[in-house]
Amino acid sequence: MHKKTMTTFWTLALGLLTAAGLSQTGTAHAQDEEIKIGFAMFLSGAAAGPFGVPARNGAELVVEALNKGEFPAPYDGKKGINGAKITTVFVDEASGEVVADYRKMVQKDEVDLVIGYISSGNCKAIAPVAEEVERLTLFFDCGTPQVFEDVVTDPHYLFRTGAHATLDSVGAARYLLADKPDTGSIAGINQNYAWGQDSWRDFTAAVEALKPGVEITTEQFPKIFAGQYGSEISALLTNPADAVHSSFWGGDLEAFVLQGAARGLFARTDVILTTGESAMHRLANQMPEGTVIGARGPHGVFAPEGPMKAWLEKAYMDRYGVRATYPTYKITQAILAAKSAIEMAAGDSMGMPDQESVIDALEGLEWETPSGTVRMGIANGHQAVQGTAYGRFKYSNGEATVVDMTRFDAECVMPPDGMDGLEWIESGFKGAEDC
Amino acid sequence: MNRRMDPTLVSLAAALPVLLVLGYALPDWLTFYLQVSLASGLAALAVMLQMRAGLVNFGQGLYYCLGAYAGGMSGHFLGITDALVLLLLAVVLSVAVSFIVGFLVARYREIFYAMLSLALSMILYGLLVRAEALGSTDGFNLPSTTFLGYAPEGQALREAGYVFTCIVALAIAAAVHRYLRSPLGAIGEAVRENELRVEYLGASPRYVVHLIYVMAAAIAGIGGVLAGISVGHVDPNLAYWTTSGQFVFIALLSGTGNVAAPLIGAFLLVMIRVYAVEYSPYTWQMILGGVMLLIIMFLPGGLWSLTRLRKKGGLT
Repeated sequence: MHKKTMTTFWTLALGLLTAAGLSQTGTAHAQDEEIKIGFAMFLSGAAAGPFGVPARNGAELVVEALNKGEFPAPYDGKKGINGAKITTVFVDEASGEVVADYRKMVQKDEVDLVIGYISSGNCKAIAPVAEEVERLTLFFDCGTPQVFEDVVTDPHYLFRTGAHATLDSVGAARYLLADKPDTGSIAGINQNYAWGQDSWRDFTAAVEALKPGVEITTEQFPKIFAGQYGSEISALLTNPADAVHSSFWGGDLEAFVLQGAARGLFARTDVILTTGESAMHRLANQMPEGTVIGARGPHGVFAPEGPMKAWLEKAYMDRYGVRATYPTYKITQAILAAKSAIEMAAGDSMGMPDQESVIDALEGLEWETPSGTVRMGIANGHQAVQGTAYGRFKYSNGEATVVDMTRFDAECVMPPDGMDGLEWIESGFKGAEDC
Repeated sequence: MNRRMDPTLVSLAAALPVLLVLGYALPDWLTFYLQVSLASGLAALAVMLQMRAGLVNFGQGLYYCLGAYAGGMSGHFLGITDALVLLLLAVVLSVAVSFIVGFLVARYREIFYAMLSLALSMILYGLLVRAEALGSTDGFNLPSTTFLGYAPEGQALREAGYVFTCIVALAIAAAVHRYLRSPLGAIGEAVRENELRVEYLGASPRYVVHLIYVMAAAIAGIGGVLAGISVGHVDPNLAYWTTSGQFVFIALLSGTGNVAAPLIGAFLLVMIRVYAVEYSPYTWQMILGGVMLLIIMFLPGGLWSLTRLRKKGGLT
């Protein structure tokens, strides 16, 4: 009996390992005329609906268009990336083993680069690993400024192709005080976790820097995914302020808009929703008119008119039957950064050039996107800077859109090189006094 | 040689050199999955330990997270990087907390035990999410680990972490096996079968359950430190109920027949998930659920019950 237990033990254990080991020998080596991109985003869970799925759809759409050579100028020169067909691997950011999945994409799937990560926590976990496994990695969405300020201060393989969260709060504060210069009080309702806490801290610091003495009437921190905001809305109504700030997203955002609008909060005060754009088409006429909304950059309805935006909007609508939102724009921005840098580094050669030369090209890169020109401006050329825009929601002719839009230049909403976001805000926006 | 040597102990001892050789032979990504699954396998082992006494802990993530944070915070804030010290701190904290909490938990059985443990782990989750200094939901990163003054970097660090994880996980498994074979361990199963009789025999079920609860906490805490060391990052999700649910899943999948079962089961689960995501990125949870359903229907004793089928000489 004992002997049999032992045999079974070994059959089970070794069988498993050999099965796993063998299966990986089956994967073909990346061919020269292919460039393989590993994508990581939420494909399940609460963040999949508002962020993960629009990003995944965007990635599929853009990769297919590039491969067919259908993407508009200036990206209509070479098919795919530098003439090589783009192939993709997707992993779910909600798997619970993000770091292991990342290593798997790099080492088993042998991707040429990774584009991904919506959650800031995941970005913090992946950042040092990217430097360790020495594979080109582009963060496309996560917001925490800590990635380059704190976690990896001397990045080489890691880039972020979208602006970080400082832009959202500073943009919101600038819009509010430009639009209503006599604002004397603010209030906030943010989810009680890193994103909500950081957003509110940056927003209040920015308002204080722009107009000292603005009073905070109340700050509400309901827990994330609470879904019911009755008592918080009561607190906001009984402590009236000139403007209410919220960085809510997803189902929480929709619940807050519906419950707040029903109780007249939106009619009584200005409400600023920093991620409002991601829900505007879904909420449509349920979003009160005049709500100040942002898109975490000049994305979606805030994107400048042009052939790239027109193509993206139409192709997305045709294929998925809904409007593209900012995660779609942000992933497009990341794919185009990779395409620009690889083609710049390749010169006359075909396919994927040496990784080091791509990194050289990416550092300080300036490239065109449906959201305008973006520049790898800070963190030694590894962190993108771009402007942003805020506007007021308007629903007309069955279309959700924005009016009273104000654009802000990158220098006005992002810290200069070598300065942390909060430090820059508290310094009174050093170098951006003219904004 | 001693003929009465325990085959499980022999296997566990032999598994160490095998795992180490595999660490070199297998590609890096696979050894990494192996390493993280050994860490979560320890937490599943803790769940299994309680299952043997008829208790289902739906909140083992409490101690998994506590261990990971004890190690992480000592590293991040106090600059302690030695793996053994981190391990020790995690065990001390897990044991201290579980000893106190155990006075309450050990009074309950069945669904009440499951729900109370679940609630306790969600309290920790709630506290950590509110804690801005600890990075809230984003968590924080751990500094590179050292091993008794040996401070490797890069690839060597990964390898050292792997070796350390293997040694610790197998040692714990061996210790748990010895415990289960001891008279005290046998009382655990007696508690599951008939608590009243255990009292007639002169043993205290509450004392036994309390002891099992504390032991399970220490094991899960060690698993947490190993997870933190291997991933290099900790966040409150370690205490979230889905993490605890996964440990229960592993314990059910692998069965309670042997201490090696949850360790193998954890790796099996990870591999099923990896390939499920690869072949069907949008419905991988359904595949995992399907596997669970099949196991419950056809192998209610978990994968380990296959060993008994073999002994009987076929599937009957």
